[in-house]
Amino acid sequence: MTHSSKFVIVNGTPIEVPIGFSIDDLVAYMSVEGRYAVEIGGEIIPRSEHGDHLIGDGDTVEIVSAIGGG
Amino acid sequence: MKTTQSVFAEGFDQLHIADRRFQSRLLVGTGKYKNLEETAKAIEASGADIVTVAVRRTNLGQRTGEPNLLDIISPERYTILPNTAGCYDAASAVRTCRLARELLGGHDLVKLEVLGDNKTLYPDVVETLRAAKILCEDGFAVMVYTTDDPVVAKELESIGCVAVMPLAAPIGSGLGIQNRYTIRTIVENAAVPIVVDAGVGTASEASVAMELGCDGVLMNTAIAEAKHPVLMASAMRKAVEAGREAYLAGRMPRRAFASASSPIDDVSPS
Repeated sequence: MTHSSKFVIVNGTPIEVPIGFSIDDLVAYMSVEGRYAVEIGGEIIPRSEHGDHLIGDGDTVEIVSAIGGG
Repeated sequence: MKTTQSVFAEGFDQLHIADRRFQSRLLVGTGKYKNLEETAKAIEASGADIVTVAVRRTNLGQRTGEPNLLDIISPERYTILPNTAGCYDAASAVRTCRLARELLGGHDLVKLEVLGDNKTLYPDVVETLRAAKILCEDGFAVMVYTTDDPVVAKELESIGCVAVMPLAAPIGSGLGIQNRYTIRTIVENAAVPIVVDAGVGTASEASVAMELGCDGVLMNTAIAEAKHPVLMASAMRKAVEAGREAYLAGRMPRRAFASASSPIDDVSPS
């Protein structure tokens, strides 16, 4: 039996994503807009690779943006 | 729009940080405002060129309808200075800078702050020195928040930081410069810009920093927590300009006794 989705942790929350999702797919799925950076398993993935880099089963993903601060 | 008539032409006496030139010597934060609209208006009124931001987890899943900070404070118009607020060790500060550089498309000017205590928000200079070394070697242009310790300030400069930013008083305290002697000593010893960062509460305190010879002042709470932030931003703009002009003008000497301003001769006796 093949799985059609996998569980990953995005910003501390477990979510289910379809197999074959790239970072770009995930970002669109999460409705992220504006400027952001993505880190998977503690490693920053450059923006140029977001279309090719596939989310792996059990990946810990952090998506960060700029907010107000001093 | 210039709200003061400076004796200096545009382009003169610019703030030099790394290989960049800035007209304004007032740097402002974007935290603690009521909303993005107020943030934008206050920053506009301040005349600041350099604006700090924090890096945090993106709010996911729900479309709030609110624009993002960088849609309102555009990196095209302002120089965005991401900070490492919330970091208590070198590793997390370094990681935050790398994330910031990525989210800003390679922009490598950062504000390094590593705190040691969450009540006083006082810098942990040991971790700050450690982080500064790693970041400078990784090609970042580091503007480093630190204590007003002249030895630490010089060490951060020799590590390669492009600006050193000693605190006036604890973050958000609004107490003004607590030790003019140490700030002045740091300024005198420095070969990089010195920007007072944290603890300024009102306009006169910003002027004092500039009169001590500092190259700039960075503030957030002083503007955001004023009753009328946009008005305070305008006051701060003038205060930094006034303090800078006073410094460049070379103040009169202090005297123990009086020195009459009007001639003492030819007084018509009564």
